[in-house]
Amino acid sequence: MVPATAIGALLPLLVLFADAFSGQLGANPIQRSEQQTGVLALSLLLLSLATTPLRLLAARVNVRLLWPAKIRKTLGLTGALYAGVHLVIYGLDKGFNPLGLLSDAVKRPYITVGLTALILLIPLVLTSRKDSVKRLGFERWQRLHQLSYLIAALGVLHYWWSVKKDHSGPLLALVVLLVLFGVRLLLQRRAKRART
Amino acid sequence: MTPPGRPDLSPSTPAPRPDPTRRDVLRQGGLAAAGALVLAGGLELISRRPGGRPEAVATTPGLPARVYTGPYDTKEPVSALADITGYNNYYEFGLDKSDPARYAGALKTRPWTVQIGGLVRKPQTVDIDTLQSWFPLEDRLYRMRCVEGWSLVIPWMGFPLAALLRRLEPMSGAKYVQFISLADPKQMPGVRDPVLDWPYQEGLRLDEAMNPLTLLAVGLDGKVLPNQNGAPLRLVVPWKYGFKNIKAITHINLLAEMPKTTWSTAAPDEYGFYANVNPAVDHPRWSQATERRIGDLGRRDTLAFNGYGQEVASLYTGMDLRRNF
Repeated sequence: MVPATAIGALLPLLVLFADAFSGQLGANPIQRSEQQTGVLALSLLLLSLATTPLRLLAARVNVRLLWPAKIRKTLGLTGALYAGVHLVIYGLDKGFNPLGLLSDAVKRPYITVGLTALILLIPLVLTSRKDSVKRLGFERWQRLHQLSYLIAALGVLHYWWSVKKDHSGPLLALVVLLVLFGVRLLLQRRAKRART
Repeated sequence: MTPPGRPDLSPSTPAPRPDPTRRDVLRQGGLAAAGALVLAGGLELISRRPGGRPEAVATTPGLPARVYTGPYDTKEPVSALADITGYNNYYEFGLDKSDPARYAGALKTRPWTVQIGGLVRKPQTVDIDTLQSWFPLEDRLYRMRCVEGWSLVIPWMGFPLAALLRRLEPMSGAKYVQFISLADPKQMPGVRDPVLDWPYQEGLRLDEAMNPLTLLAVGLDGKVLPNQNGAPLRLVVPWKYGFKNIKAITHINLLAEMPKTTWSTAAPDEYGFYANVNPAVDHPRWSQATERRIGDLGRRDTLAFNGYGQEVASLYTGMDLRRNF
């Protein structure tokens, strides 16, 4: 289950590399691959956030789904990988000029927001190990990983501010994020009330 | 093992699980592979943009390269024709850069009339072929800089707008030239999407319109202008951002007041009337200091007035180019 998810999530990256080497990325390959890796990062992050609501919804109709929880980590980590690749391509775009990158990070709100989302991903990636829950204690670990909602929201904002006029992608991402958050909030509240 | 004296509460030894049969393994493997493909396919669907470089305009072998050694021609190398004709912003045909090459074939460029009016002594409606026959056509190799931060070097063929305006005899009150484009939802699928206020409109100050650089283009690389590049008649003002270079012109009017322009209406804090290429004045959301010349890997510094300062800077002496962006 986990390897299949990882392979499925990483196949688009392989296709992207193949397209890059065969000149299939159009007239502006850096912009195209920058945009695609960004969308893939956000999509995988949202998919990871969808696993728990999916499990909770299934439980409401008395269906026990175990696989969403199993692939949650893989989805999040591959999403973080794409975010890293997205950052590298952006760095390449700027010629890895440190002054240019710094100036962008400070003067362009959409870069500030994107960079923040990426930096927040780091502690989550570092605490994805099998023993992380034990080392942090479940409550601290869980609160840390709830940051993924904030990271996704920052990702949506970064996406929104980066497009010229076609807001269809960012709008879809926003709607998905709000639905997932809403479902989770609603069903966890019900589950808590049912237990007490 | 239960300690002595305690009741035996251990469950009865469960029956050993049968070794997974080859069929089980194949089934598991098949499901996993299917799952991986579904995930990959879904991700591709969401993130993929149409790619490739359509060879929309084939170069005719054997013909001598056209000559661009005039005073207004750039010395930089011309961009690949596949990029010039395959990487276009022309929202009437879709929002993707490859949409115009894909869908602009539906546009009928003949018969085509241009209505010329407003504050001119000789208002008229003229057929495009007649209009073209009034002036000798020139080849001009110009840089074009998109507001998004990329640029091309394009071999236009056309005639100076000044020649047309002089022929029409503008009246003394005329201060601006307005251009209006075609917006036919039947031929242009993007027009059904209210992403911009259709029809596309643009404008120039009269002295900008009379500048020798300003061209009305009817051809590209010595051949008829491809539809995705603005056929049959398109404005070229190389010192301004690309969105000022309105395509598929149907109306030209001389006005006393500054006309509204489409992008400025859509986002007034981001796109102005003048839209002069200016590395010192950033777009509110991104920097204008550098650009990517399509075909290059790295970026290059953007030039004031897209490098045409010698020809046009005098039009703006004394003007605050940050306020009049």
